[in-house]
Amino acid sequence: MKKYLAVLRSRFQTLLQYRTAALAGIGTQLFFGLVRMMIYDGFFRSSTQSQPMTSEQTVTYIWLGQALLLLALFDVDKEVAALIRSGNVAYELTKPADLYAMWFARAFSGRAAPLLMRSSPIFVIAGLFFGLRAPASFTAGFLFVISAFVALLLSASMVVLITTTLLWTISGQGISRLAPVLIFFFSGIVIPLPFFPDRIQRFVDFLPSRGLIDTPLRIYVGHLGRDAALVAMAHQFVWVLILLLIGRWVLSRGLRKLVIQGG
Amino acid sequence: MALGPLRLYTRYVGLSFRSQMQYRASFLMFSFGHFLVTGLEFIGFLLLFKRFGQIQGWTLPQMGLFYGIISVAFAFTEALQRGFDVFPNLIKGGDFDRVLLRPRSPTLQLMGQEFQLMRIGRFTQGLVVLIWSANRLDVHWNAANLMLLFFALAGGVCLFSGLFVLQATMCFWTTESLEIVNCTTYGGVEAAQFPVTIYRPWFRSIFTFIIPLATINYFPLHAILQLDDPLGSSRMFQWLSPLAGLLFLILCLQCWRLGVTKYTSTGS
Repeated sequence: MKKYLAVLRSRFQTLLQYRTAALAGIGTQLFFGLVRMMIYDGFFRSSTQSQPMTSEQTVTYIWLGQALLLLALFDVDKEVAALIRSGNVAYELTKPADLYAMWFARAFSGRAAPLLMRSSPIFVIAGLFFGLRAPASFTAGFLFVISAFVALLLSASMVVLITTTLLWTISGQGISRLAPVLIFFFSGIVIPLPFFPDRIQRFVDFLPSRGLIDTPLRIYVGHLGRDAALVAMAHQFVWVLILLLIGRWVLSRGLRKLVIQGG
Repeated sequence: MALGPLRLYTRYVGLSFRSQMQYRASFLMFSFGHFLVTGLEFIGFLLLFKRFGQIQGWTLPQMGLFYGIISVAFAFTEALQRGFDVFPNLIKGGDFDRVLLRPRSPTLQLMGQEFQLMRIGRFTQGLVVLIWSANRLDVHWNAANLMLLFFALAGGVCLFSGLFVLQATMCFWTTESLEIVNCTTYGGVEAAQFPVTIYRPWFRSIFTFIIPLATINYFPLHAILQLDDPLGSSRMFQWLSPLAGLLFLILCLQCWRLGVTKYTSTGS
């Protein structure tokens, strides 16, 4: 366990150095948040139909989405991808460690470090000036923190799984390009999931992508009551377990067919 | 014998096409990826219109025109100005020196670096929305309206080109690429998909006067849709407004030239 924590820590510390990138990200996300906020405001003002979320809830949801954007916006682990392409992934196998756990630790810090740097300033600025509200209740706030952490695990497990598919498609196309696009769409970032048509609501609720953004956010704004929140969190957690198992299995399959060319 | 600038540019583009077609599967995949990303974004808007019906009196097909113009213009510019987009790498590697040594204009060489074909994904997606909306609306698409639409698209390409040039120009001073400028390109695309009037006045002013995106869809579309502009612009102004894109590009190119004269190599 210790060695994986060491991977996690060292990677985390390296990533914390990218402050300029974080600053640019914060600026961009504040901008996008503002645009979105005004668009939804426009929609709410010009409609009298009842909506699945109130205007205040929606604004908070949008800002939290911008703050936690990196949970749903992901790519393959670039360094692992380079290892696979160059064949140096073979060296990884010589290390006295479990490869999946190591890659998971990398992916986890790869998500967590930039997220930590970006989210708090957005949180503060949007909270002070742009209508991001406090959690619906103390319980909601508490459950949100746990749910956001599970979302982080979920996100990392998806990164590893998608990166592992590169063992089959070296060029980095196919699944590894398309899956992130679909996950992003069904996470709640593009539009909050409650605004999806009622007919496909159950399908959307079933997908793991919902656990990345929508679940923690709906808990925060109080759109899910305590019981519904617990069910949603169980859904999130079960998907983490499933993806961990699938990820492990896919990795072992991929390694079995790995042929080292020597040299 | 030296080729004229236009001939040289077509030669560049031809070369770029051929090299991209060497990786046909990769090209198809990337194009499809772009189509999917922007397509899903549009589906997001569709779903919102389904829920809310309209936004400040604007219907979905009307907004589709706003969206289509911006998407098509931006996708075309991305393909066209790829050279300026990757300019920071050129500066960092010191490779801009080589460009300057050649007896042709650096602007032409940069534009000729690559015509990025895979942008066709966003381009087609925008075009589909544009055509669908145009058909759904009760607009008589006579020569004048079509001309104004084309004029607006051309203004858009000029405007976005200007932004790319400006972004590259900043590298002369910063060496690094400034991601924050993406707010004006990608952010501008996002914002201009809706009429500027839905935004707060200060925000609206940015996209009317500083980065005049409103001049390539908001104003001309009022003329095409025969609507009265709550901001009070005249028909004459609406017809001429896409010219602002051209003016913007000229200004940006002036900054660029200034930057080129100030350039000192990183020496690497």
